Amino acid sequence: MKPRTEIKIALAGNPNSGKTSIFNGLTGAHQKVANFPGVTVEKRIGHKNYKDYGITIVDLPGTYSLTAYSLDEKVARDFICQEEPDLVVNVIDSGNLERSLYLTMQLIEIGVDFVIDLNMWDEAIEAGVEIDVDRLSQLLGAPVVKTIGNRAQGIESLFETIIALYEGRKSEHRHPMVSYGSQLDDVVSDLTREVHHCKGCRHCANPRWVAIKLLEDDREIKKRYLSNREVSAELSSKLSESIDHLKATTTEDPEIIITEGRYGYVAGIVRKVMTHPSSDRMKMSTSFDNVLTHRIIGYPVFLIIMWLIFQATFKLGQYPMAWIDTGVTILQQWAAATIPPGMMADMIVDGIIGGIGAVIIFLPNIVILFLGIALLEDSGYMARAAFLMDRLMRYIGLHGKSFIPMLMGFGCSVPAIMATRTLESPRDRILTILLLPLMSCSARLPVYILFAGAFFSAYAGNVIFSIYILGVVIAILVAQLFRRTILRADDIPFVMELPPYRMPTAKSVVIHMWDRTKIYLHKMGGVILIASIILWALGYFPQKKEFTRDYDAQIAALSVQDSESAATAIAALERARSVELLEYTAIGRLGQVITPVVEPLGFNWQMGVSLISGFVAKEVVVSSMGVLYQLGEEADDNFEQLSQALRDPERGVTPLVAYAFMVFVLIYTPCIVSVIAIKREIGARWMWFSIFFQLVLAWGMAFIVYQGGRILGLD
Amino acid sequence: MTMDTKMSLDQLRQGQKGKVLTVAGYGAIRRRLYDLGLHAGEVVEMVKTAPLKDPLEISFGNGHISIRRSEAALIAVEVLPD
Repeated sequence: MKPRTEIKIALAGNPNSGKTSIFNGLTGAHQKVANFPGVTVEKRIGHKNYKDYGITIVDLPGTYSLTAYSLDEKVARDFICQEEPDLVVNVIDSGNLERSLYLTMQLIEIGVDFVIDLNMWDEAIEAGVEIDVDRLSQLLGAPVVKTIGNRAQGIESLFETIIALYEGRKSEHRHPMVSYGSQLDDVVSDLTREVHHCKGCRHCANPRWVAIKLLEDDREIKKRYLSNREVSAELSSKLSESIDHLKATTTEDPEIIITEGRYGYVAGIVRKVMTHPSSDRMKMSTSFDNVLTHRIIGYPVFLIIMWLIFQATFKLGQYPMAWIDTGVTILQQWAAATIPPGMMADMIVDGIIGGIGAVIIFLPNIVILFLGIALLEDSGYMARAAFLMDRLMRYIGLHGKSFIPMLMGFGCSVPAIMATRTLESPRDRILTILLLPLMSCSARLPVYILFAGAFFSAYAGNVIFSIYILGVVIAILVAQLFRRTILRADDIPFVMELPPYRMPTAKSVVIHMWDRTKIYLHKMGGVILIASIILWALGYFPQKKEFTRDYDAQIAALSVQDSESAATAIAALERARSVELLEYTAIGRLGQVITPVVEPLGFNWQMGVSLISGFVAKEVVVSSMGVLYQLGEEADDNFEQLSQALRDPERGVTPLVAYAFMVFVLIYTPCIVSVIAIKREIGARWMWFSIFFQLVLAWGMAFIVYQGGRILGLD
Repeated sequence: MTMDTKMSLDQLRQGQKGKVLTVAGYGAIRRRLYDLGLHAGEVVEMVKTAPLKDPLEISFGNGHISIRRSEAALIAVEVLPD
């Protein structure tokens, strides 16, 4: 068998063009999520063997254009220009040909080979749009394929076309030259010649594209080509000469003339290939919007949708949780019975199985929550949520678009922090990222479920809801503080597409959901497993050998008596011994050191230690409570037992303390993974600011709740 | 009586249509409006306003866009008869 030829292709297209469904169709399960170099814009990479080819497929961020104004656009453009994919698949929403082709014009300018993928072909047909595919192919100088991404139709022919284009069998394709009107065309040609001759210019880029970008005053391209004055002096003077000439003869900026030129060219193509539909494809969406963004019922419906997602997460999640709980307990019992007793057995049963078990039990909650978020995104409601929320978000100095990362923050801060990349202004990103940790992420949910379940059983749902609301209220207040002090700026432009409502497909929702769940699982598999073992070791070493009393002898003496009082006495002795053992360990010492700090909040030392371990990841708070409360011989720290142990009056944890603890967990410094994400996005300075600010705020709020509650006699 | 048919986009009534004359503004915002397809000659319809009167939902080409009043005010339109 001859070796496969490896080729690399990139998917480019507008947001809402169904690019992701095409990507899923092309790659199937063979995909991974990484970051573009140096930035945290998500990069999906897939691989597919097709006939004699191994095809690597990179999904570029969805963009309308390829300017240097937004990070997504810059990332997409840099990939096309610098990584030089063999070809680009330009995914187009067939129902919105005109806007989509605007991006195509920029692909032509760059000079990359591309396949046009007329996606969502079925929607176009329904709307009565007729597109002359052959004519379109001819006018664009590129092969054209029709697909229905969410039904995986046309994928085969897309593959064939990709291969054919790569093999050069369609070499008759020649891209046209986009014309911007005769006057500008002359200027562009002159400047192109100058770029071509310029010694300072790098190898890969198409000189004409560089010339166009220079005329558009593109800051990235200017930096790259004009920063070295010595080699680019001629180009620089030619550019200013050209711009002066254009300004003298026209009324608009070259940037606008070029943009108008592209639209003019696109309009010409559209006129030739498309029969305009009589019906509006948004008709259905508009009638949905009559309810969903209605000025009176819009908000109640919005709240109901949010409420439904939360109820589903908690109520439906209970059943699989119970199964997992049982499974973990059985596994622990089996391990304890199988492995010879000793340190290794303790580590596996308590450290590894116990730690992981305490985390995977919350997987059902997380899966359901992410399912809800995936449905919102895929149906198109997410954009309506931004539309409804914009006015309110602006009140805290953000715009509706920030609502989406904020909502994602309820799932996990890490992808939410990454989602802030869609915000154009750095200041908006900083503010959104600083507020994001106050949106209670799903890793904190296990803590709430444990504490609310243990202390507020009948009202657990309401108590948890109040914590979520509290986070939002604090975020509003903090935003007001920040926008008046450290982050003052004008409001940022808010322009966003409201895509037609679509029925989410099972496949896309599952992939969406699985992506997010995978992040949670990765965290668990790596960081949390290590944390669980370290924590177990900290709670195991150093081992106390000499006790204040001879427990073994006293227990042995009591155990010969067969009475109830003797049994109680033995239990008390065992507990006392366990406490001595724990206090001697590294974690016990750490807990004692920080006790004075958390005492004013009503927390016991186990809670203090758990909070420390929560820096690793917030769900670790639960697993470390499990390890720390694991006393005597009880090996299986299942959920119900932990819950009972928490309620034990001897521990001094009252419902008020539990609430203060939940408030602390809500506000304090996010987990290490999100801290790292923050550093990547907005730098180390803001990361440290975020850590300390939240630590102080959490302590303050928990103090107010606990001490305030005591004054009110709630303890 | 002559009607003044030129106004800014944000002044259109619900359901009213206008033809874009100019897009004012600066840098990123103007470019974004252009890149989304709001350029001279385009016919825009005011679909509705958000519950709190801002932002606005407009439609043009074959899509709907949400835009704030302050940005819509940058776009001069010529009102088209119903």
